[in-house]
Amino acid sequence: MTMNRRNFIKAVGAAGAASGLSLAGHSFAGSKSGGGHVVVIGGGAGGATCAKYIRHLDSNVKVTVVEPKTEFATCFMSNWVIGGLKDQEWITHGYADWSKKHGINVVHDTAVSIDPATKMVKTKGGQSIKYDRCVVSPGVDLRYDTIEGYDAAAAEKVPHAWHAGPQTALLRKQLEAMPDGGTFVIASPPNPFRCPPGPYERASLVANYFKTNKPKSKILVLDAKDKFSKQGLFVAGWEKHYGYGTDNSMIEWRPKASDGTARAVKADSRTVVTEFDEIKADVLNVIPAQKAGHIAEVAGLTDESGWCPVDHLTWESKLHKDIHVIGDAAIQKPLPKSGYAANSEAKVCAAAIVALLNGKSPVAPSWVNTCYSLVAPTYGISVAMVYNYVDGKVAKVKGSGGVTPKDGNFTMEAIYAESWYKNIIDDMFG
Amino acid sequence: MTTRKVLAAMAIAGLAASQPVSAADAGGAIIAAQCNGCHGFEGASKGVVPALNGKPALLLSQAMKDFKSGARKGTIMNRIAKGYTDGEMDNVAQYYSGIK
Ligand SMILES: Cc1cc2nc3c(=O)[nH]c(=O)nc-3n(C[C@H](O)[C@H](O)[C@H](O)COP(=O)(O)OP(=O)(O)OC[C@H]3O[C@@H](n4cnc5c(N)ncnc54)[C@H](O)[C@@H]3O)c2cc1C
Ligand code: HEC
Repeated sequence: MTMNRRNFIKAVGAAGAASGLSLAGHSFAGSKSGGGHVVVIGGGAGGATCAKYIRHLDSNVKVTVVEPKTEFATCFMSNWVIGGLKDQEWITHGYADWSKKHGINVVHDTAVSIDPATKMVKTKGGQSIKYDRCVVSPGVDLRYDTIEGYDAAAAEKVPHAWHAGPQTALLRKQLEAMPDGGTFVIASPPNPFRCPPGPYERASLVANYFKTNKPKSKILVLDAKDKFSKQGLFVAGWEKHYGYGTDNSMIEWRPKASDGTARAVKADSRTVVTEFDEIKADVLNVIPAQKAGHIAEVAGLTDESGWCPVDHLTWESKLHKDIHVIGDAAIQKPLPKSGYAANSEAKVCAAAIVALLNGKSPVAPSWVNTCYSLVAPTYGISVAMVYNYVDGKVAKVKGSGGVTPKDGNFTMEAIYAESWYKNIIDDMFG
Repeated sequence: MTTRKVLAAMAIAGLAASQPVSAADAGGAIIAAQCNGCHGFEGASKGVVPALNGKPALLLSQAMKDFKSGARKGTIMNRIAKGYTDGEMDNVAQYYSGIK
């Protein structure tokens, strides 16, 4: 390997990590000399990937990640925990080794403002961090205003479990405590929302748990939509595993057209109210409508839809220069709000930022999305798509992608789903 | 940093030998980055999905083309491979084969 300046700096970074000499913790002043300084807000699927890839692509660029949590629990695979297939630890990942390994400065704090004029991020803890470019990947906030009686306090009794961590553990605990013969109700949100197949994977894996542990119990999915992601495959899987469509079905799905939209919640009695009905659940899981994470709104990066318009070539905000928005918070359509998509966008954004900081034009991007879901422990399904950049926007590559074929190998898909998790975690946090 | 440390640094980097990539000379790197979500960082899979790093370029590009044509049947690669041109597959194959 020839040792140019870039490799040399990379070498020093690697040695620093290997010898315990950390590059993290240095104060990054944010000057243009030496590649510039990128401040990443949010160390999740989008933010962590972006930070790592920027360092990988050009180790002259300094990267600071602002993230309040010292350990990140992934939403992806949190349904496996809720269904009892894995424990909470399996989906929880720390930042300490990662930050040393890649020379990423991690500030465990919450960003409270971004000033595009002075290029300054301010944190709750009182820090001011200057950037050359800022990446915002705060994920989603829940729109509590859309369901009467539901708020952060109510979520302590009626979990949403749409942010992983304590909410995941709470829902699991409630399901474990539920007596056999009880009803578990999931209120599924309107589009667009984080992880379109997520509520249905959750219903599946809880059904699997009930089947062996509480066989007299039922699951009711109330839906604010009339159709959902991978619906044909989910329904076929439910028929095969949970008697769906028969009198003994463990799962019932009530679409919007059949009064499926949750309008109010009475948290104390675990009751959900629709237009014409009031349903008392033994365990109630309410997933409200969503919008971009609060900081995106505060920083003026959202439009009237509640999401952030961006230029798909660079993921730079259309509203503020030098600020990029990736992941769930961005208007990413036709990419879905998934972890794979956030990871995919993060790499395109990282490459664009490195190019721009070096005074070059961004390279034509390419994206992939895949969402694996488990219907049962050895029965997996997937949806995939390849995307390219057409007429200034993300576009699906015609003929690519699609869902698992009807005669697909569902067992292998379940095996590969777990492999996917190991590898995307390695890609983000390895 | 002492000379000894710098030399140690270079040796370690040599061992770690990640491919130097810049956005400017990206080639297959841009597309390959998109495969890493399933095949692992730099294609060095940590799961049961096959690793791609260091494999002969011809093997990788032929596998992709066979997935695209349907000559080889996979669970998901047929759907993925249909998203790329032959040229793109050759570039990606070249990129992964260069990572040890
Ligand atoms: C139940 C469930 C199952 C899912 N399953 C899958 C799946 O199988 N496959 C898949 O691809 N996707 C899945 N997803 C979707 C996936 O989790 C998200 O799409 C993905 O995490 C989005 O990445 P992000 O970077 O936008 O947000 P996140 O990963 O949520 O990261 C956002 C981070 O920003 C931090 N943050 C927020 N505000 C601030 C602030 N002001 N200052 C500093 N930090 C801040 C947060 O603490 C958080 O760590 C699932 C989601 C759910 C809920
Ligand atoms: C959604 C996950 C996923 C994505 C994305 C993905 N792969 Fe794969 N890949 C697999 C799986 C799973 C297999 C095993 C074959 C199968 O079941 O489809 C595989 C097999 C392969 C093989 C055959 C390897 C061998 O040794 O037999 C090659 C080559 C390959 N992939 C290349 C790529 C490239 C290049 C990309 C990006 C353009 C890519 N893959 C993206 C999941 C993925």
